[in-house]
Amino acid sequence: MQSVFQQHPEVVARFPDLHPPLTAQSAVIEANRCLYCFDAPCTGACPTHIDVPRFIKKIANENLRGSALTILDANILGASCSHVCPVQVLCEGACVMHHKHESPIKIALLQRHAMDAFYASGAVLPKTSAERRNGKIACIGAGPASLACAAELRQRGYDVTVFDRHPLPGGLNTYGVAEYKLPTEDSLREIELVGSLGVDFQFGTEIAGEAAFAKLEEEFDAIFLGPGLGAMHRLNIPGGNHPAVVDALAFIAGYKTAGKLAVGRRVVVVGAGNTAIDAANAAKRLGAEEVQILYRRAETHMPAFGFEYEHAKQEGVRFLWQTQPIAIHADTDGELRSIECLRVELAQDGTPRSITGSNFHIECDMVVPAIGQSPLFDLLAECYGVRVEHGRVVVDRVTGQTSNPKYFAGGDCVNGGREVVDAVADGKRAAVGIAKTLEAAHA
Amino acid sequence: MPEFPNLAVNFAGGIRSPNPFWLASAPPTNCGEQVMRAFDAGWGGAVWKTIGEPVVNVSSRYSSIDWNGQRMMGLNNIELISDRPVEVNLREIYEVKKRYPNHAVIASLMVESKREAWHDIVARSEDAGADGLELNFGCPHGMSERGMGSAVGQVPQYTEMITGWVKEKARTPVLVKLTPNITDIRTVARAAKRGGADGLSAINTINSITGIDLDTLAPRPNVDGFSSHGGYCGPAVKPIALNMVQQVQSDPESQLPLSGIGGVGTWKDAAEFILLGCGTVQVCTAAMHYGYRIVEDMIDGLENWMRRKGYVTIEDFRGLSLPHVREWKNLNLNYKIVARIHEDKCIGCDLCYTACWDGAHQCIHLDRVSGVRNGHVEAHTKPAEVEATSRAKITVTPIAKLDKVAANSQNVEPYATPLARIPRVDETECVGCNLCALVCPVENCITMEQVENGLAPQSWEERTAVVAGIEKSC
Repeated sequence: MQSVFQQHPEVVARFPDLHPPLTAQSAVIEANRCLYCFDAPCTGACPTHIDVPRFIKKIANENLRGSALTILDANILGASCSHVCPVQVLCEGACVMHHKHESPIKIALLQRHAMDAFYASGAVLPKTSAERRNGKIACIGAGPASLACAAELRQRGYDVTVFDRHPLPGGLNTYGVAEYKLPTEDSLREIELVGSLGVDFQFGTEIAGEAAFAKLEEEFDAIFLGPGLGAMHRLNIPGGNHPAVVDALAFIAGYKTAGKLAVGRRVVVVGAGNTAIDAANAAKRLGAEEVQILYRRAETHMPAFGFEYEHAKQEGVRFLWQTQPIAIHADTDGELRSIECLRVELAQDGTPRSITGSNFHIECDMVVPAIGQSPLFDLLAECYGVRVEHGRVVVDRVTGQTSNPKYFAGGDCVNGGREVVDAVADGKRAAVGIAKTLEAAHA
Repeated sequence: MPEFPNLAVNFAGGIRSPNPFWLASAPPTNCGEQVMRAFDAGWGGAVWKTIGEPVVNVSSRYSSIDWNGQRMMGLNNIELISDRPVEVNLREIYEVKKRYPNHAVIASLMVESKREAWHDIVARSEDAGADGLELNFGCPHGMSERGMGSAVGQVPQYTEMITGWVKEKARTPVLVKLTPNITDIRTVARAAKRGGADGLSAINTINSITGIDLDTLAPRPNVDGFSSHGGYCGPAVKPIALNMVQQVQSDPESQLPLSGIGGVGTWKDAAEFILLGCGTVQVCTAAMHYGYRIVEDMIDGLENWMRRKGYVTIEDFRGLSLPHVREWKNLNLNYKIVARIHEDKCIGCDLCYTACWDGAHQCIHLDRVSGVRNGHVEAHTKPAEVEATSRAKITVTPIAKLDKVAANSQNVEPYATPLARIPRVDETECVGCNLCALVCPVENCITMEQVENGLAPQSWEERTAVVAGIEKSC
């Protein structure tokens, strides 16, 4: 599998690396700051439990290959996680250096240093057991959860086929992560590694309909569900169907993978989650003069991580709190003109209530709703016997097994939409669970 | 306010300098221009780069050991003595002394092992105005192959003989620089003293191979694919130097005014050498690393410490640590300390835990939450089980929107670090080895505290004498 994708030069120029990599020497110095904690809190905080002090010590000792393999052993997407993980609330947030009133070890940059060296040296994984095992597994979706599941199973000797309806693999890693965090090409490079293990990829293949699943069940011994979430919620207000209303994920995927660089002059993003911020920053970088984020509640309720909020402010994004959009207006030529809003007051418990008669207009020519994704109800309904509660697939957390023992699941469809690293952890746990089940069946 | 300290020294019977900080005979004292800049920076004295028949040096001369990202913990060199003509060096000594009459200039000398050669170089050095002479019997590389340097310093008879020749001629104090590349440094110190030396300098560099290039497989420094053993110095050698200084100063047959050398880079290092009896200290690696300017804080720091301690002159504290060094057999076997972990300072790195389990006596445990238990190793959960339990836990990225329920069930922790990560010392098993306190990255987080056991002090010698007495009386 050789990626032919090439990023648009304008995107490369406008979305440079948010955190430039460490040089070899600064990596060694930073690595030497690490205390090498026993049963390290950073490892505990990582959903994939990467042995952080171990890989850092190997950087200090100039054993970069060993360092990279330590990372990959726990997390096959170690490279993209080093770019996209919210480390402030994970490994770096758990670093004991905080208790010393010192800055935490730059774990993400060190991990990236090791992974960059690994890819620069040809990205060759050690040969795992040549033993072929009986068992064929289908993974639905080629996002982080499926990739992790597929890689683990493949390394254990099973046949794995990954199906994805998109032309490119990687799921949100490829289509949904801000380019300044993780370039699309880096995401694809990482998936080539999974491909190099011998995982079979079927792109542009949508598994839909009960018949398709029945066929899948016939052909495969286990099925892993890693489809992610469904479409973004629509802005259900008058004018919400206007063509200049583009949901955040479509907007991000457009500039990242389809060369769609057009952006409004004045952009309004609705919602204040991490995806809203990615979209707002992207609009700014693509040339919008003014980008405003509207959020129904107050700053303290904002679902985005604090560091993402700070970043957006630095990019020049403005935030309008306690603002509820109620209509989108176009002019006589049909051009999007403004978004009409109400001011919102918050009750003691934070419940928002819009204030009648407080209407005001924000002039804009593009609106980007970022108010969450809906679950993939249709697809999940087609998997016979797989229980879904509150839009999430119910699994055994340790094995990833669903209420239908042939089906396993992980990633956003299970956890409701967390991080790449959570999806990887889910996928890997499910792979172990699948392997155990198959071993038991063949025993 | 105590009297302002006076750092001036009068060393080995007549070498005067405004402070005890001398540059050692090495590249920083290669020529007059350097020595004058060093004096301007504040150095009290300089031992000139060793003068002798000029040599030819190789290109690629130094190599070093870096440690945990710090450069030059130890420095190695294969440079020989001065490669400049004797008369040039002597003329520059003359010029330096003319301009800096109150600073100490010591001529380091190394010539063929012939009485006439030594008489000649001694006379010419003193005529140039040197305040003293340092006989380089220590250089461990190159020169020793030609029968000089450590080839002399490793043989007590040669040391005594050549020191004697020098003393026949010298009018200024004669210092013998000792090599550490010998089983017992005292044998040569004694020989120097018998030969009439007025003082000693110790230690010279230690024979070393600093490392090997793992690509070319050639050791460093690389001279056209080959290397040679060199002389090791810098912070890494200080403990070795301090031990040898103590040995010489505690041996009446060796004891002479001593200029301490070996890893001195700060005022604290200098104070330690002086506390073990040195009258001056010599510095090389630190000056090669950071330049002459480091002497400013050596002076300032030593003065501030002396004021704090109430010392006015160097003599006030010189040698005060010597009585604190005893033979092991005279240490108190009944002195008992145990480790105490201060929970409020602990950051939860648990390095003390792993150090105690793997490197000491298995008496630090992570059982504050799971249940405190004292006793032998069998009673406790082992490190591998602790780690396995952690790895089996399912962790997720905290997302406020998705984690609403969990927020209320937060445990109240008594300290900043979770109690489960704060190790605990089983004092019934602790032997008081200090290892946990040494590995702890937080100052004063682990303290070693004395436990009163009601036993009178008793040394090994005393204890064995008691046992022998009992046996005799039986």
